[in-house]
Amino acid sequence: MTGVEIVRARVRRRHLWVGVGAAVAVIVAVTLSLSIGDYPLTLTQVGQALWGHGSAVENYIVLQVRAPRTLMAVLAGAALGMAGAVLQGLLRNPLASPDLLGISGGSGLAAVFAMLVLGVTGPLLTLWAFVGGIAVAALLLAAGRAATAGGYRLILAGIGVAFLASAATNYLMVTTQVEKAQTALLWLVGSLSSTPWWQVVTLAVVVVLSLPLLVASARWLPLHQMGTPSATALGVPPRLVQPLVVSAAVLLTASTAAFIGPVSFVALCAPAIARALLRHGAIGIGTSALVGAAILAGADLVAQFGLPGMQVPVGVVTGAFGAVFLLWLLATSKGRHL
Amino acid sequence: MSTADAPRLAARSLSAGYPGRTVIEGLDMEFAPGRITMIIGANASGKSTLLHTLARLRAPLAGRVELDGADVAGMPRRSFARSVGLLPQHPSAPDGITVAELVSRGRHPHRGVFQRWGAADSRIVDDAMARTGVEALADRPVGDLSGGQRQRVWIAMALAQSPRILLLDEPTTFLDLSHQLEVLDLLRDLNRTEGTTVVVVLHELNLAARYADDLVVLHEGRVIAHGAPADVLTADVVSTAFALDALVMPDPLTGTPLIVPVPGGAHTPAEEN
Repeated sequence: MTGVEIVRARVRRRHLWVGVGAAVAVIVAVTLSLSIGDYPLTLTQVGQALWGHGSAVENYIVLQVRAPRTLMAVLAGAALGMAGAVLQGLLRNPLASPDLLGISGGSGLAAVFAMLVLGVTGPLLTLWAFVGGIAVAALLLAAGRAATAGGYRLILAGIGVAFLASAATNYLMVTTQVEKAQTALLWLVGSLSSTPWWQVVTLAVVVVLSLPLLVASARWLPLHQMGTPSATALGVPPRLVQPLVVSAAVLLTASTAAFIGPVSFVALCAPAIARALLRHGAIGIGTSALVGAAILAGADLVAQFGLPGMQVPVGVVTGAFGAVFLLWLLATSKGRHL
Repeated sequence: MSTADAPRLAARSLSAGYPGRTVIEGLDMEFAPGRITMIIGANASGKSTLLHTLARLRAPLAGRVELDGADVAGMPRRSFARSVGLLPQHPSAPDGITVAELVSRGRHPHRGVFQRWGAADSRIVDDAMARTGVEALADRPVGDLSGGQRQRVWIAMALAQSPRILLLDEPTTFLDLSHQLEVLDLLRDLNRTEGTTVVVVLHELNLAARYADDLVVLHEGRVIAHGAPADVLTADVVSTAFALDALVMPDPLTGTPLIVPVPGGAHTPAEEN
């Protein structure tokens, strides 16, 4: 083998092992999530119930309660991981994530507005959340078009939008009845409890629809990282990269937020962990998906069973975990990235 | 390879710059295929703007850039990238990337969307690393290298692109003199053995005079001289283009023009470089 092939083979091996490791973590979290709970099941019982061969109670618990919740955690985690990975690659900044850019906040504001002011409930609510995320992204793209100095202006604009959305959301919350605000608050924190199958299927369809955008991102972002002049000289269309990546990120984030609420920090942490494991300056979209799925499925286990006798929304767990992780990232990055 | 097969890069009535600020106006010139052309001029004379417009980083305000007579604006980006490579002034290496991977990225325009990496790609990347003398660094992170090594890695990446025309924007900035010579020797070697057309924006006048086949002197967005260094670099041209009184004499080693600034000969306060 020649010089470049030795290096490439080493990189491939590393990608493979990291991928296998992350996949195992996802499988462990899924297995635990299907079997433990108020009605504990053995692996054999879970296996039978998945095929509808268990008792009526077991079938119901596994197929109607635990499986959709678990799959939602995996899909949403993967979607958020990929959204974070492409945004961080685009802006060449490890702090870029849909929550910090205000996309999640826009979804939250739109949903809370629909819920509290218009009295919208059910599937229509998800549409509102989706439109809210798109609106923020359109605002950011307009701001980004004016930006010539790269990602920083987009990030600053996003932080501004995030604060604005948060202020408006808070205003809606304090000027409404306590009971209604309570429901909205639960959604805003992000929760996976009582996930119906149609939401899982819808999110799966969205993830599939975004695949072409993600494939194009995976092809262009490694070149984009070297700076716009180099990327353009290598044939990357400079005006297409940003809209393409932002659309992929919004599609994934807004539809996730629409179902389980704006869960924080997964999109920030998953790509950072994936890149640290992969090294070699990788964007790591696929690995981020696996890591994100493992984080959210794991966080949901902690949310359900971590505190004895009480369940908390999964967003509380990811928020606590993510904040600690962010501080650790800041403390160990030697100022190189940030 | 013969020098005849490099395509002909030309500017036709080219105006370039930013909306509302024209930097280059009505430029007509051809870059001789298979030769080394160096673009010199004072700061803000339009050198980089010209290079960026030739590389399609910015669209012309008027006129056009032609490759073998065809307007490059209508060309698919990847096929343009297979002919014309660019080393910009401040490329950035992603954190932790190794030399071999960075150089590999130069293969992008030659690979289709679902086309896998092939043995030919490996051979070309290895060859690019060997030519630039970075093959021993293949598995080292680019961030750990010295400035001179890093610049050779970036040139290797541009070579992996296998362009017939290579544009470079001040490739010797921030390098000490011996590393500047090393980079320029490398470019000359590439030009002599492969017949690659090389177009370089360079600040260092004496090095430009020594290494260029053709010099293009820009002043306020216009070409005030174009030709062999010995014909082009006169005391008058230096005075106009650089606001500098200088003696121009034959370099004792190469015979190319040598610019020796007259003490206190700057017409205007010297600009930051």
